[in-house]
Amino acid sequence: MAKGMFVDTSICTGCKACQVACKEWNGLPGEPSHFHKVPNRPYPVAFNFTGNSYDNTGQLSATDWRHVRFIEQFNENRTEGRWFFSSDSCKHCTDAGCLNACPVKAIVRTDMGNVFVQQDVCIGCKYCIPSCPYGVINFSEKTGTVHKCTLCNDRIHNGLGTACAKACPTGSISFGEVSELKKKADARLSQLKGLGFTKANIYGYDEAGGLNVFYLFMDNPTVYGQPLNPIVPQRRLFKSAAITVVTAIAVAVAALISFRERGMKKETEK
Amino acid sequence: MDITRRQFFKISSGAIGTAVAAEAVGLGADTSAMQQQAQKVPIKTGKQVPTICPYCAVGCGQIATIDEKGTIIDIQGNPDSPINQGTLCPKGAATFQLVNNDLRMTMVKYRAPGSDHWEEKPLDWAMDRIAGLTKKTRDANFNEFQNMPDGKGGTIRKRVMNTYAVASLGGATMDNEWNYTHQKLMHALGVVYLENQARI
Amino acid sequence: MIMGSNMAECHPVAFRWPLKAKTEHGAVLMHVDPRYTRTSAMCDIHAPIRAGTDILFLGAIINHVINSKRWNTDPFFKEYVVNYTNAAMLVNPDYQDTEDHDGLFSGMSKDGKSYSYDTWAYQRGPKPAPAVAEAKTFTDLLLQHVPGRPKTDPTLKNPHTVFQIVKKHYRRYTPEMVEKVCGCSKETFLKVAETLLNNSGRDKTSNITYAVGWTQHTVGVQIIRLAGVLQALLGNIGRPGGGILALRGHATIQGSTDIATLYHSLPGYINMPDARKNHETLKDFILTEAGPVATSYWGNYPKFAVSYFKAQWGDAATKENDYGYDYHPKITDDHSHLPMFVHMMEGQIRGFFVMGQNPAIGGQNARFQRKALAKLDWMVVRDFYETETSVFWKNSPEITSGELKTADIKTEVFFLPAAMVAEMEGSFTNTQRLLQQHEKAADPPGDCRSDIWFTYHLGRRLKKLYANSPNDHDWPIQNLLWEYDPEPSEVANFRIKDEPSAYKVLKEINGYTWADKKPLPTFAVLKEDGSTVSGAWIYTGVIPAEGVNKARSRQGDEWISPNWGFAWPANRHIMYNRASADLQGKPWSEKKKLVFWDPSKEVKTPDGKVSHGSWVSPAGEGIDFLPTKAPNFRGKDNGIGFDWLSGNDPYIMKSDGKAWLFAPAGTVDGPLPAHYEPYESPTPNLVYKQQSNPLAKTWFVEGNPYHKVADPKYPIVISTYRVTEHHLSGTMSRWLPWLAELMPELFCELSPELAAEKGIKNAEYMTIETARGEIQARALVTRRMRPFTINGKVIHEIGIPWHWGWQARAEGDVVNNLSVLVADPNVTIHEGKVFTGNVRAGKRGGAL
Repeated sequence: MAKGMFVDTSICTGCKACQVACKEWNGLPGEPSHFHKVPNRPYPVAFNFTGNSYDNTGQLSATDWRHVRFIEQFNENRTEGRWFFSSDSCKHCTDAGCLNACPVKAIVRTDMGNVFVQQDVCIGCKYCIPSCPYGVINFSEKTGTVHKCTLCNDRIHNGLGTACAKACPTGSISFGEVSELKKKADARLSQLKGLGFTKANIYGYDEAGGLNVFYLFMDNPTVYGQPLNPIVPQRRLFKSAAITVVTAIAVAVAALISFRERGMKKETEK
Repeated sequence: MDITRRQFFKISSGAIGTAVAAEAVGLGADTSAMQQQAQKVPIKTGKQVPTICPYCAVGCGQIATIDEKGTIIDIQGNPDSPINQGTLCPKGAATFQLVNNDLRMTMVKYRAPGSDHWEEKPLDWAMDRIAGLTKKTRDANFNEFQNMPDGKGGTIRKRVMNTYAVASLGGATMDNEWNYTHQKLMHALGVVYLENQARI
Repeated sequence: MIMGSNMAECHPVAFRWPLKAKTEHGAVLMHVDPRYTRTSAMCDIHAPIRAGTDILFLGAIINHVINSKRWNTDPFFKEYVVNYTNAAMLVNPDYQDTEDHDGLFSGMSKDGKSYSYDTWAYQRGPKPAPAVAEAKTFTDLLLQHVPGRPKTDPTLKNPHTVFQIVKKHYRRYTPEMVEKVCGCSKETFLKVAETLLNNSGRDKTSNITYAVGWTQHTVGVQIIRLAGVLQALLGNIGRPGGGILALRGHATIQGSTDIATLYHSLPGYINMPDARKNHETLKDFILTEAGPVATSYWGNYPKFAVSYFKAQWGDAATKENDYGYDYHPKITDDHSHLPMFVHMMEGQIRGFFVMGQNPAIGGQNARFQRKALAKLDWMVVRDFYETETSVFWKNSPEITSGELKTADIKTEVFFLPAAMVAEMEGSFTNTQRLLQQHEKAADPPGDCRSDIWFTYHLGRRLKKLYANSPNDHDWPIQNLLWEYDPEPSEVANFRIKDEPSAYKVLKEINGYTWADKKPLPTFAVLKEDGSTVSGAWIYTGVIPAEGVNKARSRQGDEWISPNWGFAWPANRHIMYNRASADLQGKPWSEKKKLVFWDPSKEVKTPDGKVSHGSWVSPAGEGIDFLPTKAPNFRGKDNGIGFDWLSGNDPYIMKSDGKAWLFAPAGTVDGPLPAHYEPYESPTPNLVYKQQSNPLAKTWFVEGNPYHKVADPKYPIVISTYRVTEHHLSGTMSRWLPWLAELMPELFCELSPELAAEKGIKNAEYMTIETARGEIQARALVTRRMRPFTINGKVIHEIGIPWHWGWQARAEGDVVNNLSVLVADPNVTIHEGKVFTGNVRAGKRGGAL
């Protein structure tokens, strides 16, 4: 029953709709560190220009649960060139370092396989932060707790897909049953190989015990900033935790909205 | 997963209850019972109103959701639209923040000639004043006739029924209905400096 | 082929579909653009060309195509081109081409300011005997002026045929010339040309998609026309998967064009009465405007025009007073955006409504435009946020620099807050001519009101103010038909009770019978006798019956989706779709089937007769042709409208029923697109002696200096454009934290080569300068930008997205401080895509 996402980076246009859709659904504000005070201006102004291609948000944070990477590679005379885009988020690892590390069982896996931080249980000890090989989980000074992608826990438990997958204009992000998504990924991979893209590969079938959010890359995963052999620390340390009980109240992050009859079927399992 | 709206309401209308979720995947636990429970994860419902994305001209369908007080609480892509099939770009996905924003202007502001600040004014007062200024400017600068070149080096008096003293520049995110009524009113006034972003 | 557009960037959701075509159907995507963009990254081929050389590139494709083996041997192309385009028409033997004339066409006036079209005209047969002896109606009048049919040579051999003229005109547009002028390698060019050619034909169609990358040039209209010529030669128009897609930038920018709030046009593409033309009376107006095009569907012009005037003044518009024509304003000059600000600067304009626009940032030569605002007596701004335009008097760069003083600015300014789209009822027309209704979800907050609320209530106040005026020239306001009060049910659920009825407005746009107010199902039933009202004839059918609004249709399907929204005209999604069938009316191929002739189908005509045979479309597409006109029907020589058009004339809005390779009239700057350099160019024209568009519109006024050709002070080419994360002048994006943080600051894209030459470092500040102004931006040094080698000389290009201003959560200098007032002569669109300037490292200093 594990739900997950398949991110086909070969059709990502780097539009960042996923980043905004995530914030919209989950009620996340602009990342505070991106804004500063300016003289004679009653509101903070963004100043986070990086000069790193079109990537100005830089990394995942407690308020940025999605982040699109931009990889520009051209040779000097521009006979070879490419611009890759890859939308990154929590991978909801089968062997989840953050979950393993949490001393109070604030981080749990739900029946749908997503790894979820219970905000009312989290004590803000930050053990989980170094335990994530992907830098996904982050601490918020405002709430005193850690935050990351929930796989839209409220949506998926109500028959909807994730907000990012729903918004993605090109279908680069798809949500669904992991086993079904793997079929889709394999088919796309063989199509691309057939077209001569021999370096295309799937990332996430084996890493960290298998990632529920996995990727199709056009080149080595390191080109996209993903580790080849992610190390999951403190493995099995808390395995005895077995079954964790979660309250549904905690599950509602900033749960909003519903969906509609006609849209329902299409939106589901997108 | 394929549930109908009615089933969904059954599941969700119980609002907040206690659900069991488990680290069940990989533990071989029977999740079907938990599944039912898990679907009690609260997710607000509301009336769904079809609307259109206000940004570019692709015309993506959107759905605005309103709560029982009539407040817009969410704006998403409309999955039924054959144009966008529920998807949106980053701007479209941000529409909710366009509507709900602490910096949005919601009251009439007025700047008197030479003044260095805004004053807040009633809407009716502003409308009356604008109508008065429009009339005053038009009446002082109306041309029933104008001498036009006759093509032979001379001029010829022609009826033009216009004014050059009032101009209008409109955006292209304003309804067809606005374009129609606005051109109608402007033409009735004789306004010929009538333009729109549509040129650009 | 995407050219003049950065589709993935500016229309990301539309780009879903070409990408689907690529991944699911193996379509080849090509991007022709100076920069390597998010679109280029997704395409199979990226062909970089120097900005402003599009006509040369497209002309070279045409030259390649018409001299190729495939085009000359596959009978498809011949059948399409000879029958559906004007290739076979004979042009006046006095016509002289740019090839004979140093880059000018024949007919240039002595002062060099305009062309006469006489030598561009068709050779015609004798004028037919008029169908009516006496002109009792406007239609009769048109029937008396039908010209003889154009002469043709279907073998295309005659040197005066359009085809031979086109062939000669583009013969020097070679791959070598492309390399020399556009800076694109021969090999890459040939890949593009061959791909287009090989993917066009009976079984395949190619599409060309463009946006403002093509329009914002002094030759903008001609670039787009040339795409039309190419697509017509390839047989790609009127067919599924073909055509030219214009990607427009705003939610209802198409609606603003159709129902024009533009100075030159009335709703439905009826021309604005113009005191420079013979428009003295309604009869003169109709004869001048409709006479030359009456052999097309425009033969119905009198019905459309009278129905418009009737909608304007209702009962007061009578046959006796020419339906109020005399009371309608006439234009006397170019009153478009750029001259508007020139005249504002001169003091002619005293009051200004600016709604949903932000010219303080978005206007060309924005410094000029801001300074012009300071000359106004009053200004009304309607918007969502405190736009830079609304506070030009408070904190604009001119105030900050001390150039203007707030206390000296006597402009009375009103800011009226506007309702959002989801807070009002109305319709938008998208870039594919599709009307879609947005419904009101909630009342807007505070004093925010819908746009029609403002116009309606302003109109009501004005009608009251003028009610007792004795002046005849106030007649148009006193008699204005202005009845849009809502029905109680329309406002029952909302706080705002005086919101006008959007339905009533759309019903008037659609049209109804004046006597019993019944909505009209089609523009075919409009009348020229004042018995019908229609605000914009092209929208007729959107409300076919009382209470039915097709813009609200919401049943999509896998293809045309005829039941989703309403595509004007008459729910036709692909224009000129009779061309999707061959001369006999059969589909060109099973794969490309759309509209075809079914000889067995029986149709009842309005007069009750049964007609055998009809055009049909199983996909539900509206037929863009007279449904009962058989493929072999021969048009009547003395008829107008559909009577004149034959069964093989798919281009029903053209006076000859054909796609125009050569324009005998209509484009003021030439019958064929020719390569002219941009007005500000780093290089002399290497194709003709004529440097730039001879008719480009210029304004030699203080504050608008131009650069010389190959000006050593300004050697760098500048293009301005947009990014995905922002919208236009930023009013709808820079105030939103979610978008502000994605693209926080103004930046300038430049190549590492230029950066090294100027000592500019990535992410640090750089200054860009033109004779109009100077701005600073963060440098984004990237190999996606490239220097071009043009005729042996290296030319650098930089690119700057123009969304920023001094207000909002993401701020930056105003890029349009750099640009200049210069425009295309046909439509007065500015040249924002190419002008020249210079750059240096570091922040700007001194005056702006």
